[in-house]
This record gives sequence, C-alpha cells and structure tokens, in this order.
Amino acid sequence: MSYGLGVLRGMGITMRRVVKTYLGDFRHLGRPLDPKEFSRRQSVRGDGIITVQYPEEKLPVPENFRFVPFLVYEPTLDENGKPKVDAKTGKEEIGYERCTACGICAKVCPPQCIWIVRATTPEGKPRPQAAEFYIDIDVCMNCGYCAEYCPFDAIKMDHDYQLANYERHVSHIYDVKMLMKSTTYHAKLHPTDWAREQQESKAKEAAKAKKQAVAS
Amino acid sequence: MAVTEPVAPAVVKPTTTNDPQSIADQIKAKYPDAVESLSAQGIVIRRDRLPDVARFLRDSPALSFDYLNNLTSVDYPDRFEVVYHLSSISRGGAPIALKVNVNRENPTVSSLVPVYRGADFQEREVYDMMGIRFAGHPNLRRILMWEGFEGYPLRKNYHEPYYEEEHKPFGTRWDQGHHVIAEDRNPWHDNVQYPPDLDATTYKPPRDEIRTAGIENVSVTKLRTDKIVLNIGPQHPSTHGVLRLKTTIDGETIVAVEPVLGYLHRNHEKIGERNTFLQNMPYTDRLDYFTSMANNHAYAIAVEKLMGVKVPERAEYIRVIMVELTRVIAHMSLLGFLYNDLGAFYTPLLYGLEERELVLDLFESVAGSRMMCNYMRFGGVARDLPEGWLDRCQYLVDERLPRVLDEMGNYLIGNEVFRARTKNVGILPRDLAINYSTAGPVLRGSGVKYDVRRAEPYSIYDRFDFDIPVGTNGDVYDRFMMRFWETQQSLRILKQALKQIPAGEIMTGKKNYQVRVPKGEAYGRGENPKGELGFYLVSDGSPNPYRYHVRAPSFINLGTLNEMAVGHKIADLIVILGSYDVVMGEVDR
Repeated sequence: MSYGLGVLRGMGITMRRVVKTYLGDFRHLGRPLDPKEFSRRQSVRGDGIITVQYPEEKLPVPENFRFVPFLVYEPTLDENGKPKVDAKTGKEEIGYERCTACGICAKVCPPQCIWIVRATTPEGKPRPQAAEFYIDIDVCMNCGYCAEYCPFDAIKMDHDYQLANYERHVSHIYDVKMLMKSTTYHAKLHPTDWAREQQESKAKEAAKAKKQAVAS
Repeated sequence: MAVTEPVAPAVVKPTTTNDPQSIADQIKAKYPDAVESLSAQGIVIRRDRLPDVARFLRDSPALSFDYLNNLTSVDYPDRFEVVYHLSSISRGGAPIALKVNVNRENPTVSSLVPVYRGADFQEREVYDMMGIRFAGHPNLRRILMWEGFEGYPLRKNYHEPYYEEEHKPFGTRWDQGHHVIAEDRNPWHDNVQYPPDLDATTYKPPRDEIRTAGIENVSVTKLRTDKIVLNIGPQHPSTHGVLRLKTTIDGETIVAVEPVLGYLHRNHEKIGERNTFLQNMPYTDRLDYFTSMANNHAYAIAVEKLMGVKVPERAEYIRVIMVELTRVIAHMSLLGFLYNDLGAFYTPLLYGLEERELVLDLFESVAGSRMMCNYMRFGGVARDLPEGWLDRCQYLVDERLPRVLDEMGNYLIGNEVFRARTKNVGILPRDLAINYSTAGPVLRGSGVKYDVRRAEPYSIYDRFDFDIPVGTNGDVYDRFMMRFWETQQSLRILKQALKQIPAGEIMTGKKNYQVRVPKGEAYGRGENPKGELGFYLVSDGSPNPYRYHVRAPSFINLGTLNEMAVGHKIADLIVILGSYDVVMGEVDR
C-alpha cells in the first residue's frame, strides 16, 4: 500500500464537506435565510452551515426546556372573558395566585434556593398563600423538580435564558413580584401542559357537578 | 476489521459461585479464623487477615476474583468500615462485598495495592476523605484535598464551609423563609479549618520527592543530562480540564508521571449525603457532564436495587435509548478529540460535535436540558417522549449517524500519520489492565472482554443482540478503535430498541417527592461510555443516604497513566491521556 493515501483520502473528505457546507448558501447569496431553510438546517436532516448568528438569530427552545422557575397566577377577566391588562405596567391583573405556600418546591429543591414565607390571617393562623417567595437564581440549578412536583401547577419552568446583570445581590434574587406570570404566558410557553391542565380542571368540575347532582 | 466474536444474546451466566455463603465457606476452609460474620450485605473479614484473603480470592482458580470494582469506606458511629467490591472478569456476575471493621481511635488497614494495583488511587481517596491509613501503601498522601488540609471531609462530624444543617431540606427555607445570601450568613473565611500550628501566610507545602517508578527499565539517552520535573496543567488545553500532570523527564523522554488531582473537587459525596435520594439525581448529571443520561441511569439502578421497584417496559426502553445515544455522541466526539490531541485541530472534532448537537437537541426536547438532563426517576423516567421524537431519533439512528460514522471511519482510521502516532504507543497489557481496575474502552482495548451490560445484565440489555468488541494490543490505536466499534454496536442496540419500544406507562406508582428507601446497602452499576460507573449506597431508612459513594471510571482509569507513559515522549503523553477520555467532573468529584 502506498504511503500517504489515507491522508489524501481524509483531505478529500474534508474538501467534500467544505463544498457541501456552502452549496446551499449559493442559493441564498446576498439574501438572509428564510425561516424554513433555517429550521431545516438545524434539524436532523440538516446540512450546510449550522452556525447560528446569535443574538441576531436564535434557536427556538422546545416546550420542555427549563430555565429558572416562575409562579403562575390566574388573571382577572373582563366581561368578554379576556384578561384585564393594567395600563400602567402593561401586565395582566392578578386574579388569584395558584401558589398555596405548601412548601413542596422548597423541600424538593436540590440546592435549596427557594425561600417561602407563608401568609397569615390577622389572627395569626396560616393562610394558603405565599407572603414572600424568593428564588435565588444564582443558586438555582434548573433541575425542574419544583415544577414537576408542584401539586397545584403553580410553579413552572421559564424559557427566558438571557438573565445577565451587572450585579447579583439584588437583581438575581427574584421575589414574588418578579416571579408572578399570568396563565396567558404559561399557556403560550407550554401548550401541551396547558391542555392537560384544562382537561383536568374540566374533569374535576364534571365530577363535582355529578356529585352534587347525586347528592340532591 | 473489527476483532469481535458474536456473543449469544440473553445469556445470564450462572452466578452461584458469587454467592457470599459459598465464598465465605471457601475462605473459612483456607483461613478458619478469617471470617468474622456474614450477611447478604457482605462478608466481614478480620482486619489482619485481609491481604491473605484477598490474595486467596484472586489466585484460587475456582474463585478468581481478579478485579477490584470498588473500594470505599463508611463512617459508623462506633467504627469505620472499609468495603471492597470484587468480581471475576471471566465469570462475570454481581460483585461480592468484603468488609473490614476498623476502630475509630487508630484506623489502620493493610493496603491491598500489592494484590490489586487498582486500589492505589482508591485507598488514597479513602485516606484523604476519611482518614483511614493503609499500612504498606507505597504513596499514601492526600489525593483530592491539598497537603496541609486539616480534617477528613467525609467523616460525619466534619462540617464544610457554608454548613447549614445535617440534612436537606433545611428548616430555614419554608414557612419563615426570609431570604439570606449565603455569604452574608457565613463568610467563608470563618469556616475553613487549618491545623492549629499553621500560619497560612507563611505556609509552604512539603517538597514532594520525584517519583521515579520504573526508572531503571527505561533506556533513555547516552547523554548525561539531569532529570527535570515538568508540570503539564492544570491550565493547559491538552489536559481535558483542570488536571495537572507532574512529569519527570529526561530530555524529552518521560521517566515518571503522576496525575495531581482535586482542582475540580467539590465533595460530591458529602453533598450527596446531605441531599435526599431524589435530590441527588441532578447532581449526578454533573459527574461526567458528557454522559449525564448514563449517570442518571446508573444512579437510578442503585436506588431501585434498594427500593425494589420494577421499571415499566416503556421506561426501560426509553432509558436504553437515551444511554446508547449518549454513548454514541461521547464516543464520536472522542474520535475527534483524539485527533485534536495529535495536532489536527478541530476539524475532526467538529464533525463529531455536529452530530452530538443533534442528539443534544433530542435530549433537550424530552428532558428540558441539553447536558444536565436530570431525566430518570426511581421507577421510571420523568416525562414521556414528545410527539415526533421517535421519528427524529429513527432517522438519526437509521441513516444519519451510521453515514457520518462511516465517513469518520474513512476519514480518520486510514490516516498514516495517525497510525504512526498511535500504534504501539501507551501499551497497557491485559493482566495490568485488570489488576489496575480499569474499565470501559481502556479495559476492553487491552483485550479483556468485560462489559457490565453482559457481565451483569441490567435494565433490558439481555434482550439485545450486540457484540463486545475488544482490542488486541492495548495501545492508543486500539482504544481509539474501541470507540469506533462500540459506536457501531450502540447503533445496533438503538435500532433494535426503536423497533421494540412499546406504548404504556413510564413510571411505576405515583410521582412522589418523598422517596421511601428501605434500610440496606446496594452497589449499583452501569456501563458508562467511560467505563463502569458504580454507586455504593448505604441507607438507614431515613430520607437521606447514610453513605453515597461514586465509583468513577475516569478516576480509576487514570491510575494507569504512569504505566502507559513511561518511556514515551512528551507529545505521546498528550495522546495517551486523550485516549482515556477523562472528564474531570468525574475524576475530582
């Protein structure tokens, strides 16, 4: 066997890859990629340039993607059944918070980054609501246990991964105000999960109605 | 091309000879006073009889326990217990546990390094972490902590910096959880322990003498030159992380090399003992961060052994698919990484990483994260596969990955420069590979047909038809080829698994954040891409593991570095190190 053939064959493969990489780009010469071509290149069937020009381009994240939890609230609805939007903040008004401050998320959290103060009634008895709720996102390891084990679907994992800041002692300690996000937002991020929730609540209501009908 | 022989599937080898009772009887026949007690958890051996018993177990042809899987210790209130897991390469089966009780006042055991050289690093780790001295150990120094560190971190009475409570969940978090930043609560300088007579400002570590193991066997140069010590790392691109290699060289020839570890040490095991069983799962992702799915699997196996839960069919298939995908991408990346170490910068590596990217996308869409998957639970997996996932996976496994693997084979294996640089470099002979407790491709590259998936079939690996490739020379080239062949075999498994995967449940029982783990001990292991990853767990019935030990394959494999590198040139050392595929997250834990 002649020496050097293996090296040459390897170089041939590299060359073929180079040509293949840019072949698709000739069709887009001077024009930006259309979204369809972009997502094709990122898929299992993709070829050509795989590089993403972040932050101009971004990859979509899958529904299961998890990055820092948020709390879910049900917005108050207007007469049309649409959520009321606070004109000042541009946020939907809080109807009620799903969180009951049961503490399961704080107990299951592996790095122990969730801190909850339970609300009390004026008489000093515990009330099923969080008076204070902190997540130290520097400590959070994005494992998703809190969302997975929450019995009230009150805490979910966010998709927003751009959290850089200039300091960490104030802006990286998320309190209730920063954590609360409306169900509209949640439904947009997690359509499958939202559909399951809707189905479950419907089934629950149906069972309740049935029970009442039997009782009366 | 592949040096493989077909292995009949679904062979469960008889494990009767690994039965503790019969082994204890055979030990008693030879040394009537050696066995103190016997239980399903292991055979307790008298302390002074340990080397004799170990030698007997290794050399007796009927037993031939020639492989030390794992060596660790447990801190009980009244004593220390040193635990040895032994198995037989030829026979396979579950490892047996030998135990030695050591008193707390003067904890000393005879070293097993003369019998199993794989005990070297592991005994140093036990000495470092729990303060048990091994009499006769050739180099008993701290391995993960620095010399001069005071205290033994894995003892139950040791409290680490930022210590809050013995066990999680911490009482301060719920009900009255007013947030405190960790540094404010516990400024770090308050909780570092120094020896009482040490002045940190003037402390100089003791000069450790140059290790010249095997120097007389090396014929170097006729020139009379001095030997010098060269530190490679800890900040060096070719050391695959923060690893320091203290290399003694004569000219350019390596005379001795000693890995210096611990730069990434965070005491994973202590964290694991503070955590609950469930909370450990995401931490296992961070051991070998290239193969987090496989780490999850091995940990789940160990805990499920204790709990006695059965995993539903579908979940078993999902697990196998995830682990084999992990193996494919870890090995394909290594094919490129080794070229990187040879100086062919990045092009082959990126070909491997491109495919890895696609598999990570698959992981992300099912587990939620690309590398820190945290996907498996005790008794199943966290989520079912999303729609279209299997189709994407099917395309990858049937068409894309085999195509790219073939291309990489054509591209890389035939290269003459590569062959010249890797053949007969870093040879590890078969008997040494076993004696040093190496695992995975390093062990099999030396011609030892030992794969946990066949030796002790776990999960559903007994259903699949696949071969265990082995190397012939045990050199870098063989270890490289092991990765190539094993990827082919993994693709074979994946094809079968994707065909057979049934519909159904993915979890036994309800999801519960308070996992009940009964009292007991278990050593669970899985074949990771890097070798045998084992978890040794002791449960006292509480929500937290009493002892949580990780048998890290990369860590133990590194013990052979001196053996392989002596006599070679420095440039070869980089290649030899690359052929282990070490990941420091696992080595330093």
